[in-house]
Amino acid sequence: MNKETSKIRDEIIRSSGVNPKKCMRCGKCTATCPAFDEMEYHPHQFVYMVENGDIEPLMQSKSLYKCLTCFACVDRCPRGVEPAKLVESVRLAVIRKQGANHLTSDDIPALLDEDMPQQAIVSALRKYSK
Amino acid sequence: MKKVAYFPGCTLRTKAKDLDKYAKDSANALGFSLEEIENWQCCGGVFTTSKDEIATKLSSVRALAYAEKNNQILLTVCSACHNVIKQTDNAMRNDSEFASHVNNYLKDETYHGTARVMHYLEYLRDEVGFDNVAQKVVNSLKGVKIGAYYGCLLLRPNSVMQMDDPENPRIIEDLIKALGAEPVIYPYRNECCGGYVALEDAASAKKKSVSVLESAKQAGADIVVTACPLCKYNLEKNASDVKVVYFTELLAQALGVKGDENE
Repeated sequence: MNKETSKIRDEIIRSSGVNPKKCMRCGKCTATCPAFDEMEYHPHQFVYMVENGDIEPLMQSKSLYKCLTCFACVDRCPRGVEPAKLVESVRLAVIRKQGANHLTSDDIPALLDEDMPQQAIVSALRKYSK
Repeated sequence: MKKVAYFPGCTLRTKAKDLDKYAKDSANALGFSLEEIENWQCCGGVFTTSKDEIATKLSSVRALAYAEKNNQILLTVCSACHNVIKQTDNAMRNDSEFASHVNNYLKDETYHGTARVMHYLEYLRDEVGFDNVAQKVVNSLKGVKIGAYYGCLLLRPNSVMQMDDPENPRIIEDLIKALGAEPVIYPYRNECCGGYVALEDAASAKKKSVSVLESAKQAGADIVVTACPLCKYNLEKNASDVKVVYFTELLAQALGVKGDENE
């Protein structure tokens, strides 16, 4: 692991508060994830890939924007690893960079239909942009 | 009449006016009134779990600070507002580094972790009592089969939300019983509807919502109730013959304060 990768990894672990070493690789997080089949990297992969410093593929992946923040993996992990918090911190490591927003307010009008609640818009902007 | 500090949230002022109106009308019928807090700001719809996300949590902290100063109970109706504010409250109570960063921003509105955040359902259960709700029912919903849809936001993460058993909840079922109707238990009642991902990936939300609705239908539900405008949107977009309504609408109907159905 080079110095830069190690720095990003430590930052992700610190800001998420997750200890990936607690993971016992049971895969329950992925089994219970409702977005699992839309994700290139599944919740359990986030855990070991962050631990190993294999973070660049995660940062490049659309999986970051498929997480529903439903906390199913957080609640159902028998070891209290809380994978969703890692997904969030990796996503922040991407969108906090200048010009790296996944969604901007200019993108919104084209995505709306007349019934779409405000809650969907503010939530998506909070998750996808800085 | 007992006054309770109330955080409505952005969507209850726009697309989910029914959720708000029926909550207020029902409260009045049950002997308490929802007093909207001053200058509330949108909670942001979804909680950011990262410890160093400060600014995104300030609107929730301001609401908590207001409740702390005035009333102690801060009542929510929307599942998302409830989840965000309750998780923010938890962070303020248990992460002193985070709390000190936040309070540095807030100057005269600092928060010290003593407000009590309650969802309307919890208020009915713990303060009013479902027995007392049942006594106020004038239009019993007898014979109606209703599936409670919790989704994710009311129950998880359970260590913080503490509303009910996250895998086998009963709070909405108990309300349904109090209104005279028959609760229908179905496997997907605490699974996600697809949430905000619907904005850019409607197909993803469709898959999840259809699973929920099919599950409810197979168990025999005619109606599904929710406390969340986004759940309602996702389920209705993908609904077949199961009706989706806010729990407050059902409550108002049973309490006889819904008004003319055809209005």
